[in-house]
Order: sequence, then C-alpha cells, then structure tokens
Amino acid sequence: MSDYNFAYLDEQTKRMIRRAILKGLAVPGYQVPFASREMPMPYGWGTGGVQVSAATLTPEDRFKVIDQGADDTTNAVSIRKFFERTAGVEVTEETEAATIIQTRHRIPEAPLSEDQILVYQVPIPEPLRFLEPRETETRKMHSLEEYGLMHVKLYEDISQHGAIATAYAYPVKVEGRYVMDPSPIPKFDNPKLADCPAIQLFGAGREQRIYALPPYSDVVSLDFEDHPFEASKADHPCDLCGARDSYLDEVITDDRGGRMFVCSDTDYCRTRQAQGHLGAQLAAKQEGAA
Amino acid sequence: MYVAVKGGERAIDNAHAWLAEERRGDPTVPELSVAQIREQMALAVNRVMTEGSLYDPDLAALAIKQARGDLIEAIFLIRAYRTTLPRFGSSVPVKTAEMACERRISATFKDAPGGQVLGPTFDYTHRLLDFKLAAEGETPTAPEGEARREPTPHITGFLNREGLIQTEDESGETPPDLTREPMELPAARALRLQALTRGDEGFVLGLAYSTQRGYARNHAFVGELRIGTVAVEMDIPELGFAIEIGEITVTECESVNQFKGSKTEPPQFTRGYGLVFGQTERKAISMALVDRALRWKELGEDDQGAPAQDEEFVLMHCDNIQATGFLEHIKLPHYVDFQSELELVRKLRRAAGAEEVKEAAQ
Repeated sequence: MSDYNFAYLDEQTKRMIRRAILKGLAVPGYQVPFASREMPMPYGWGTGGVQVSAATLTPEDRFKVIDQGADDTTNAVSIRKFFERTAGVEVTEETEAATIIQTRHRIPEAPLSEDQILVYQVPIPEPLRFLEPRETETRKMHSLEEYGLMHVKLYEDISQHGAIATAYAYPVKVEGRYVMDPSPIPKFDNPKLADCPAIQLFGAGREQRIYALPPYSDVVSLDFEDHPFEASKADHPCDLCGARDSYLDEVITDDRGGRMFVCSDTDYCRTRQAQGHLGAQLAAKQEGAA
Repeated sequence: MYVAVKGGERAIDNAHAWLAEERRGDPTVPELSVAQIREQMALAVNRVMTEGSLYDPDLAALAIKQARGDLIEAIFLIRAYRTTLPRFGSSVPVKTAEMACERRISATFKDAPGGQVLGPTFDYTHRLLDFKLAAEGETPTAPEGEARREPTPHITGFLNREGLIQTEDESGETPPDLTREPMELPAARALRLQALTRGDEGFVLGLAYSTQRGYARNHAFVGELRIGTVAVEMDIPELGFAIEIGEITVTECESVNQFKGSKTEPPQFTRGYGLVFGQTERKAISMALVDRALRWKELGEDDQGAPAQDEEFVLMHCDNIQATGFLEHIKLPHYVDFQSELELVRKLRRAAGAEEVKEAAQ
C-alpha cells in the first residue's frame, strides 16, 4: 500500500477534514458539512470515522478500534487492519494505552484521559431526522434552536408507554445550544459524553457531516423533570468478570432458554479477569476444572 | 460454556480467499480477459464509467471482472480509485455540437441537417435469443458507408431560431464539483445534473418513468439523442490556449417538453438535459426527464408533490454507492443497540403487565 499517502487520504483532503473538525470543536454539537471522500470501504461501514481518524492520526499514535465495544468484531478488525497497512501506526486493544480510539456504538468503560481522542462512526448525524426527513428543514430548526418537535416526541413516548422509548442514539443538548445525536450508543453510555477529558469527534461519511465535543463539554440527555433520564443496562453482573457497572451483551447459550450476560467492552472484561475478578459462570467453570 | 468469538481476522482472510476462488469459477473454463470485457461487455463498461465518474474503459472492465459482474460493486471500485487521483485541472466544456456522431436521432423532426442515424442500436432488434451466439468463432461485419464530414447541429437550435424553446443562458460560472464539496441544498442545476449523471441508472429510470405516468408529467419528446466522440480540451496556463488532450464517447439527450406557460414564463418548449459517458442512452433519456421535472421552480410551475420534483428526495437518494453502503451496513453487528431495545421492550411489557394485573384486581 506504499502507493498511498500516510493514512490513505492525501494531505489536501486531510486539511479540509481538519478544518471541519476545528470548526466542530469551536461550535460544539453543530454539524459541519464536509466534502466526504469515497473510501475503499462502503458508506455506512465507518467511512466518516475512518476519515476523521485519518485526518487525526500521526505516526506516533497508538490506535484502537472497537465495534459494539469489542476489538475483535469483523469490521473493527477490518478498519484496524486498514490503518495498520496505510499508516503503519501501532495498534492496541488496551483502552488506556490508545491515543486515538475509533468506535462504533459504544464508549469504552475505562475513563478516558486528556491525551486521547475518541472518534465515533455516525450513520445519521441529524437527531431530528426521523421527525423531519428534510435536511433543508432540520438545518433551519437547528439555527432557530427550534427543538419543540423533539420534546413533543419524547412527551408522546411517555404518554403512550409511560417512559421515553429511546434506548440508543438518545438525543443530548450540548453546551445549552445544539441538540446532538450521540451516534447509536446505548443510552447507558450517555453520561460518559459529559465532562469527558478526551476530545470526542463524530464523523458521518455518507451524510457528509462532522461534529465534535471539546474536552469537558456540558452534555445533557434530554428529559423532563418528572421523567428524568435514566442510563439503563441489563440488571445483571457480567458472567465472566462479575462487573456490575459495565454495559452487557446478552448471549444465547443453548436452545432451552439458556443465556448469559457478558461485558460488551472486551478490553474492560479482560482487564478485570486479569486482576482476578471472576463472574459467576467463569467461577463455576474453574471450580469444575479444579 | 460460552467462549467469546475470536479470530475475526482469519475469518476475513479466508472469506477473501474463497471469494477469489469463486470469482474465477470453474478453472477448466478459460478466464475472461479485461480486454474481452472491455470489447464485448461495452455497455456494462459504459455504465460503470458513467456512475463511477471516471472515463477509463480498461479500469472499468477490470472493476467488472473483480466485482464478478456486480456493476454497483464495480462502480464502487472505480469511485474509490478515482478519489485517490490527483487533480490537474478541469477541461473546457466539451462541444457536443461538434460531435462525430455514431448515432443521432430526433423524435420531433422527420429529418434535419445531419439526418437520422440509427447507429448500433437494439431498438429494432426482435428480442429473440440468438442461439448462434452460443457457438463461438463468428466475426460479423457490417456494411460501411461514406462518413459525413459536415457538422451535425443540435435540433434544439432550430427551435431556438423561432424563439419557440426556452434559451439556456451561459452563466460563465465554474460549476461546483460534487466530488470535492459537500452537497448543499437547494442545489444549482449544474450540481443536480452532476448528481443525476452519477446517479443509479435504475433509480433515475424509475423516476423518469413516474413522470411519464403522471407524477409531475412534463410531456417529454426526445428532441435529440446523439452518441459519438467529442474532443476534450484543456487550457494550459503556460501556453495560454486550450489544447486537445483526448477524445471520449458520450451520449447526450435533449428533451423537448411541451409547456403551456406559467405565471412567469410564456408558452414555449422547455428542455431537459442528459449527458453520460459511452453509449448509455437509457440513462441519458431518463436523466433528461428527471432534470426537467426538477426545474419546476425556475419555470414557475406548480409543485405537484411528485417524487421526481423533489430535489432533496432525488439528489439524496440517487447515488447507488451511498445507498448500497447504508443498506448493507445493517449486516454489521448491532447487538449493543439491539440489547438496549430488548431491555426497553421487556421493561415496557413488564409495566404493561403490572397495569393489567392491577386493573384485573380492581
């Protein structure tokens, strides 16, 4: 792949993306249009995140990619390999060792630091899109700070279901101004968006938008006083590492209704197991072996 | 006991190896060469060049071979390659009036200077499977005539002389480049035409067809369809004038649309325009019809609420590389968001169940 520039994109393109990133950081939560390029991977598969990572990476960086919290899901493997080949950067699976983390659908469990950049892959950057399909309209709504429609939607949820029926991509308000889509992370992750020491960058390739949260931004999940936002997860500890504070995936283990819950953040789970924490199923297995 | 799935990397490598084997098919059957695809699958090559926005028949043929004949996949390969190419500059507008036509027809005039030239068309073939093609070895030859040297003027030019057709003003502005700037709406016509040229043939065809069936009907005639080669010229700053850097084959369609006039425009004929690489006439005609439908605002027509009139709907959904990527991404793991939905549905059901129990007790 030596025919390609460092991190694949040419320097002009990277500059164009960096300008969009800087504008995004200057106006937190605002969706900056950018001339997204056609990447050698399909739209919808992380091209926005890949372009933001490419424009952000330096040869000294240590790069981590997760999809659904895991380093070993196929598309995470594919994106990591892409940058190994085109940028030759060091890669890691350890959250704390990484300087840039590209993610799809999760925020790592381990707290992030000021030396880190978290890059989100975003499918639909517009939080109002499913209330108003027209971009020409939603841009107007943002500029006029006209978010009544969103509150009506959340209110209708409550009147219909008794609760806000949004479980992921739960909308937030940034610095008291822009309503922003945090990408399809589970709402469990929403509190981690706020007051985060790391830079958070959001890239939507197909929709040609970049937006950003500077470190320590004020990010509030939309709610009502009598129906406060609640970060929820499966009410269960991890069956492998026993963690009670991590987001869990449900895994079907047999065809008789058997299932277990495991951390979606594979690095977090592995680290805890290495520290000697044992979940119920792993403990049972070790006892059986002893 | 559950063990986390590992080895995504090996799975991917093996999948690619299997794909390569399947691409080749039965090894006892001779392999297709890129030249064979370029010469004998020319219309597929043309489509890939048009929607891939890159005029290079060899690369398009290679992409078709690599994509196992999946044209959208081939277009994707070409687009991804194109993005990496440096930009030297832009050509001066091609002069389609000076085209060396292989085919030129008008549905609006029985005859006109330059004549009606059918060219290599399927139009009047009877669609009967030709089993002779199943046997190899035939090299057909077509009778040859004398090439016409005179220019072939545009049909719409004749209408223009009488002032019967709306004129297109040359703005002199450099058109925006869809591949270098983000799409901004409302889009100028130049940008709309770029998007339509790159747009999926099937999607644009469907929209054009919908206008014919009454969803923003615009009474289109094929004023002219011409296919042939045009010179590509570029201004060289050091020289101070334009020189010819090559030749490309294009299909151009100008539709002539009946128009009764509106609040702002007098009764006259109006136009739609289509221009694509190679012989790709279905696409060129479709494009012209959709272009015309999208012009309702500037012509002071009513918005009928038809899909083909809706600029945002058309432009944001006509690109098959964007569409297929997003559509197919739902194959990727979504278990984190699905899990959050699972919990929500369980919670709502629990709440609904408790409600019912309470009501039953009362």
